[in-house]
Amino acid sequence: MKIKQLSVFLENKRGRLYEALKALADEGINIRALSIADTSEFGILRMIVTDPEKAKETLEKNEFTVKLTNVTAMAVKDKPGGLAEALKYLYDANINIEYIYAFVEKSGEKAVVVLRTENLDKTISILQEKEIKLLSWDDVLAL
Amino acid sequence: MYWNKELECISEEQLKELQFQRLKNTVKMAYEKVPYYRKKFDEAGITPDDIKKLDDLRKIPFTSKADLREVYPFGMFASPLSEIVEIHMSSGTTGKPVVAGYTLNDIEIWGEVMARCLTMIGTTKNDIVQVAYGYGLFTGGFGVHYGARKIGCMIVPASAGNTRRQIEIMRDFGTTILACTPSYALYMAEVAQEMGIEPTTLKLKAGCFGAEMWTEAMRTEIEKRFGLNAYNIYGLTEIIGPGVAHECVEKKGFHVFEDHFIAEIIDPDTGDPLPEGKRGELVLTTITREGMPMLRFRTRDITSLIEGKCACGRTFNRIERIRGRTDDMIKVRGVMLFPYQIEQAILEVQGVEPHYQIVITRPQHLDEIEVMVEMSKETFSDEVKHIENLKKNLERRIEDIIGIRVKVTLVEPKTLPRSEGKAKRIIDKRSLNE
Repeated sequence: MKIKQLSVFLENKRGRLYEALKALADEGINIRALSIADTSEFGILRMIVTDPEKAKETLEKNEFTVKLTNVTAMAVKDKPGGLAEALKYLYDANINIEYIYAFVEKSGEKAVVVLRTENLDKTISILQEKEIKLLSWDDVLAL
Repeated sequence: MYWNKELECISEEQLKELQFQRLKNTVKMAYEKVPYYRKKFDEAGITPDDIKKLDDLRKIPFTSKADLREVYPFGMFASPLSEIVEIHMSSGTTGKPVVAGYTLNDIEIWGEVMARCLTMIGTTKNDIVQVAYGYGLFTGGFGVHYGARKIGCMIVPASAGNTRRQIEIMRDFGTTILACTPSYALYMAEVAQEMGIEPTTLKLKAGCFGAEMWTEAMRTEIEKRFGLNAYNIYGLTEIIGPGVAHECVEKKGFHVFEDHFIAEIIDPDTGDPLPEGKRGELVLTTITREGMPMLRFRTRDITSLIEGKCACGRTFNRIERIRGRTDDMIKVRGVMLFPYQIEQAILEVQGVEPHYQIVITRPQHLDEIEVMVEMSKETFSDEVKHIENLKKNLERRIEDIIGIRVKVTLVEPKTLPRSEGKAKRIIDKRSLNE
């Protein structure tokens, strides 16, 4: 239940985020989820997009440094404690989370979060064991 | 492989005798024909008759780049202008440029030493030599050209620039020997990849790289990218251009063609000669040039001398890789610093492409160094901590080598200026009129 996330290295310079997003827009690539990790000097733009391979190619053509990373997307109850419950399972299993961010769209009544941990395979098996719904690529495209 | 085995493997005694005879003639010619030398000799209280043995070379005053500028344009010529068949000029970034004049015989010598350089790295008449050094007042293009022509190679006089066409030519013609600046070679590898041409699929077997400072790590990078053997060439306009010294296949120093040029290493501060193995400023004397004989020219290049016979069979003394230029040295917080040191650090911290720029500022009466390093595809991680570690490792390694704390900034690929000639590595923003 891994899905492909696109990561882009951005210098903290005026217009770089716009340029990256514009390049994707011109190719008709839609962004389903997005987050930016920022430091004082650079940022990492992380996205779930409709066509990751094409997005990578497009951005590289525009001189961006890009990487495809495996993450998992899980659907949690959209109510207080919904996400905390899922994370508790990982906490109990001693798995550190690298980063986490949310989808804009819901999956039915559930909120969708993108998750990257230090051990993705173990994370997936734990969450599946606990019957937390993980989204397949088709699920992601259907959102 | 030797171009001129008899001379390249000459015995020490024979060489000393040959050098002495040639030095005597050169000194006599310089004294008689060049007022500048006569004046210098008079001031030092010596005449050509005082050169009674080879070591008497040390009695002769040094010639500096500033001296050459003073006599611009033709004041150093020892032959009448009617005998001068070619002119080259060094890029004059400060003040007047230096003009070098060649007689027909000088051009012959240039071809001879360059033919030795190319043969040393395996070039034969069956090779296709692409000369991507600039042709023009700069000596690079013509120098390699004359040597390759002497051997009888097929020469592609591409000159510098028009990089995509250079690569198409290499692919379509099957170029086997490439001659250009090392930074341009790396740039070409990058452009080739952009064009969808894998550089290792080209037929290049060896490269003759020089005209700027580079490092052992950069050699490894060029060799890996192109799948060729990269060799160092050394030369300078004031002496003849490229072809003063060249690295043999052993890659352990560059052989100085001592039947034409005498190399000494001196302490740049005192002018005293330094023993073998000790680093200092390279001083060169031409002993066959007619157009512009050069006596004890201070090159401002920092290197050391390696004596004794080489495994390749040549007996000519070698100089080690140029370690810096006395005028490229940047003094930061009173410490001498060379760009190659920073380059070495970047390349040691694995994976980062060797594209960098050093910016020196003085925000509050204290010098600060910022090193901008381009992020490479290979080292990019989507986790902040990995990128921050990379930055820290770079900072630590540079500090280890130069002894000063620096700030490393990782920038996006291809944002630092690329060069088709010499790389601009240092931006000094310190204001000197504070």
